Amino acid sequence: MKRHHKPMVYTLTFLVLLSGFMFTKPEQTSAFSDQVIQQGAVGEDVIELQARLKHIGFYNGKIDGVFGWGTYWALRNFQYEFGMEIDGLAGQTTKDKLTQVTNYDREKVQQEMYGTAPSGGNNGGGESTPTSSVNVPQGYSNNDIQLMANAVYGEARGEPYEGQVAVAAVILNRLNSPLFPDTVSGVIFEPRAFTAVADGQIWLEPNERAKEAVLDAINGWDPSGNALYYFNPDTATSGWIWTRPQIKTIGKHIFCS
Amino acid sequence: MYRWITIALLTVALISVSIWGYYTNQQKNDLYVQAENEYQRSFHELTYHMDVLNDQIATSLAMNSPEKLSPQFVDIWRISSNAHANAGELPMGLLPIHKTEQFLSELGDFTYQTAIRNLDDDPLTEEETAQLEEFYQQSGEIRDELRQAQHLSLNNGMKWMDVEQALLNTDDAKDNEIVNSFQAVEDSFDSFTEGAPEDTSIGTRTKDHSYKNVTGDDLTEEEALEEAANIFGKENEPDWTITTSGDGALTPMYSISYEENGERGYADLTVKGGHPLNLLVSREIGEKQVSLNEGYEIAADYLSELGFDEMELFQSSEYDQIGVYSFLYEDNGVRVFSDAVEVKVALDNGDITGLTANNYFKNHVERDIPDPAITEEEARDAVNQGVTIQESHLAIIDDSQGEEMLTYEFLGTRDDATYRIFINAETGAEERIEKMTDAEINYDSVI
Repeated sequence: MKRHHKPMVYTLTFLVLLSGFMFTKPEQTSAFSDQVIQQGAVGEDVIELQARLKHIGFYNGKIDGVFGWGTYWALRNFQYEFGMEIDGLAGQTTKDKLTQVTNYDREKVQQEMYGTAPSGGNNGGGESTPTSSVNVPQGYSNNDIQLMANAVYGEARGEPYEGQVAVAAVILNRLNSPLFPDTVSGVIFEPRAFTAVADGQIWLEPNERAKEAVLDAINGWDPSGNALYYFNPDTATSGWIWTRPQIKTIGKHIFCS
Repeated sequence: MYRWITIALLTVALISVSIWGYYTNQQKNDLYVQAENEYQRSFHELTYHMDVLNDQIATSLAMNSPEKLSPQFVDIWRISSNAHANAGELPMGLLPIHKTEQFLSELGDFTYQTAIRNLDDDPLTEEETAQLEEFYQQSGEIRDELRQAQHLSLNNGMKWMDVEQALLNTDDAKDNEIVNSFQAVEDSFDSFTEGAPEDTSIGTRTKDHSYKNVTGDDLTEEEALEEAANIFGKENEPDWTITTSGDGALTPMYSISYEENGERGYADLTVKGGHPLNLLVSREIGEKQVSLNEGYEIAADYLSELGFDEMELFQSSEYDQIGVYSFLYEDNGVRVFSDAVEVKVALDNGDITGLTANNYFKNHVERDIPDPAITEEEARDAVNQGVTIQESHLAIIDDSQGEEMLTYEFLGTRDDATYRIFINAETGAEERIEKMTDAEINYDSVI
């Protein structure tokens, strides 16, 4: 929102308020659940928040149900214009104000989002409806995550959860190491780097757990202790790998630097 | 007699041929997998490079100083030529991927020309900025289409070797989904696309070095188990397993795990002082009952119980019933990016399911933070005029050598994009500019 637009917003708000008082009885649309909505949240409340902010001209992005930066700035500008505490959180006061000055037509918004009428009742803040966007960690796409999940599942599906996170962390440690390629794809498909790639097991369908393990690794978890290599002592064919300083053993894998 | 010799010879011959056939087939399969892997690498690298290009072009739009812009253009030029090479490695035969390639080569020419120019004497003209904006737009469209193709190929286990076969054997290549997706990339140039979606994430990485903040006496295994019960929030000790790290570990640690009612817990504690480096609890997570904000309160309380003081929420994100929170240490109002702690909360019942304090224990020390040499106003002047500054902080970040420096951190917007910009508080130099990652289209909801 650029500064010189603000008078326009005021006028607009005034008009909206006016028309609200003049022509319609304020509709019962308090669909917001009682959660405080904060940046990073996903779901119906966020859809409503975005739709209301858009209605009043503060938000001009896509209504996608993910509380991202665009929604954050829109909310802060709204709070600024209405003389509220500017914290970027949609708490009770903010939600009340929004409900008071805007209208929200749930069916219409959902129609626009999905091209179909909403399914299920208006249960407020329910999680049942999939949003049209999803959160992704800074600097990664969902496909990067999927590709890594494939590798983790192929390499470590029988391992305990922390062993799967550790394998994902090794891929990321290689990404950051000058000794290895600097793309996820380059690290994974590097010839002879991973057995699951060489024998085609990477193309097994990964489960949710493998995906979660990858997300944890991207978000900073590294149970491998900064390892660049790991091997299964029962099947390792290279003698060289035994010369690496070992960090720890998780499940069947020995992780080393 | 001859009959038996013949039979024996023929049997030997048959066995040899079978063995030879088996190995040949094996070899063929190995080669097939290898070739397929090469294609896959090129394809996934191409899409990754398009992602990076889109970000880098956006970042260049928010840059101000020639000292930053010139290397940025060199980078874009390098990545576009890599992407171009990736595109060339795909077995697309005569299929038209001209427009993608044309885009890459135009972008390469533009950035090469501007990178070698002296931007101090001869800054970007308005037309050139407009051209950059157009590149940004186009790269976003190609990126989205490529992501869609990549999503399809990952989900359906598509093989490039099959694409190649399809292209070789029939004229009717239209049925192949990858081929169709590429067609879509081409078409996207002429069509209308939606505005970029928004969003955020978490992640602070620092250079590797030893742990600076691991203090205290060495713990015995029993003491470590007690400490673990404490951080897991368990009163009874289930069947714990405890192991000690090897020589390669940066600091000696105990790894403790348990399995109980379908739940698996794992923690790394330093031998010295018993500090928690990692904690992970894995279990099925039920329907969401706790909001992201309530989860934040839980995470913050947990951190203060563990004795992490002055931690402020930096970012939060909700992924499928899990809240992930990143906290930064705040030293008298200065955010220290390297002293980060991440916490994971299950949003079904509000249990803590993860903690990682690796960075905190590696980097956190008592700091003597100098006063900034320039004022915030002066720092603001160093930011690109096209960026509207929305929020500011003082922050300590690591430079490329891993040394800490004091900066002004500005969060600003330019059109739909949000940037994090760091201006050195000593010299006024633009130190780092990041474009915040947007939420991504949920391809599963589209299809």
